[in-house]
Amino acid sequence: MAATLLEVNGVVKRFGGFTALNRVTLQVKAGERFGLIGPIGSGKTTLINCVAGSLYADEGRILFEGRDVTTLPPHRRTRLGIARSFQIPKPFASMTVRENLGIPLEYAGHARASDEDAQVAELLREIGLEAKAHLRPAGLTQIEMRKLELARAMAARPKLLISDEAMAGLSSGEVDDILAILLRLNAQGITIIMIEHIMRAVMRFSQRIVVLDAGERIAEGTPDEIVRNPAVEKAYLGE
Amino acid sequence: MRTGTALVVGAAVVLAGVALAGLHVNAYVYFAGYVILQYVVIATAWNILGGYAGYVNFGTPAFFALGAYTAVFLIRSLRAPLPVLIVAGGLVAALLGLGIGYLTLRLRGTFFSIATLALAVVLQTMIINWEYVGGSRGISVLRPSGPPFGSYVTFLFTVMVGLAVVAVTVARFIERSWIGRGLAALRDNEEAAECMGVPTLRLKLFATTVSGFLLGVAGAPFPYYVTFVEPNSAFAIDYAVNALAMPMIGGTTSWIGPVIGAVLLGTAQQLATVTISSELNLFIVGVVLVAFVVLAPEGILGLVRRWRGR
Repeated sequence: MAATLLEVNGVVKRFGGFTALNRVTLQVKAGERFGLIGPIGSGKTTLINCVAGSLYADEGRILFEGRDVTTLPPHRRTRLGIARSFQIPKPFASMTVRENLGIPLEYAGHARASDEDAQVAELLREIGLEAKAHLRPAGLTQIEMRKLELARAMAARPKLLISDEAMAGLSSGEVDDILAILLRLNAQGITIIMIEHIMRAVMRFSQRIVVLDAGERIAEGTPDEIVRNPAVEKAYLGE
Repeated sequence: MRTGTALVVGAAVVLAGVALAGLHVNAYVYFAGYVILQYVVIATAWNILGGYAGYVNFGTPAFFALGAYTAVFLIRSLRAPLPVLIVAGGLVAALLGLGIGYLTLRLRGTFFSIATLALAVVLQTMIINWEYVGGSRGISVLRPSGPPFGSYVTFLFTVMVGLAVVAVTVARFIERSWIGRGLAALRDNEEAAECMGVPTLRLKLFATTVSGFLLGVAGAPFPYYVTFVEPNSAFAIDYAVNALAMPMIGGTTSWIGPVIGAVLLGTAQQLATVTISSELNLFIVGVVLVAFVVLAPEGILGLVRRWRGR
């Protein structure tokens, strides 16, 4: 049994009178491929924001490698090994693709200036953006932008990678492309949380899935169990 | 430009300044030169926060005047020598930068700018009501007798050459270090920068502090330059407008941009003051700024880059 890498314990997040997350609890094991699904507005991204630090949980605790990170600012969490990609890509627009990767390498990936170039080159090769290294993000296509987003998260040298809808809006071939990258990263030992609406992708990718609905955890299980779960069906399709 | 070359250029500029001070040309040249160099310092200082980090500061007069009034206070109370005035003016303004940064940097975009604008108004009101440094009537400052060399104006001119070189060196160092890269990242996208491990709050506080320090440094010799300090001239809106316009015209992403902008716009203003009217200054700035925002939003540097790219 692998050790628990991430532990979310009774996390509550309210926006005014609206409760976006209501006592959500889940564990992610080291090396696991973990799927987080739920209808639009169910609190997936809010939960990820609480884990990565963009938002702070109102109640509950978040433990990473047994360490309480609930109140740490995002950059400290990134340095500990939590990296994320954004649902809507947020590249550094004034920098080239290469420079975009340099920021996390320098600030979180502990890269020394001497081998930063080699590390950038390796990341670009891994993700297939070598030919675009000198371009600004404005010159990239939608899928290249998603790849940059993932590569940048990778450059932080994370133990846990959170992929927030990295495949939304991509063609079927492109989805397979991203999926292959994520599987390869997982094979290298990186734990991955995938948030996705493309069921074909999540079901194929995940070893275990948690389903959120209206800020509550309604189901957990293997992809097969989730597909057959009546509560999940109800959340997505109504009665 | 390599660091070695840059140091040589910096030293050459200082020597050229000293040489020019020894030439005894028309005294007006030193008067005008001082103002232009002062704007090199101001524009460079502003750009560390406004250009590198993308936080537009409308409160430049507050920092500049704080440097000037710190000097007035120290001249009146201790008759402190010029180097002490410069360091003290810088430090007090740096403290203001740090404090204001801490209070307002959670505000983003326009909201931060409005807060800094308010800062200038508050500080001016305080100075107007502080009799010891002249209050609203202003205060006369006697220059120390016997400057180290030349007349006092040529001496101040040389000092400002040195300060300009220091300011530009600091800006260039920041730009090329990990700090500059972090500031550029948070300028592009603060949330993404933070999630990529960039300690955004700490870097922004660093930028407001250094920017404030250099603005205070620019203001510290001001009392000796004008010999009569009063709130309306120390807190002049010109500083706020020029501090923003000069880097925008030169180009905000590199240390050379504010220098180009300050020299061009500063010279144009001095020429207009002599040949046409002193009221025309801000009008010129306004027209040029609008033209650049419309035609060359990345300033002269952007134009050069585009021209080279073709």
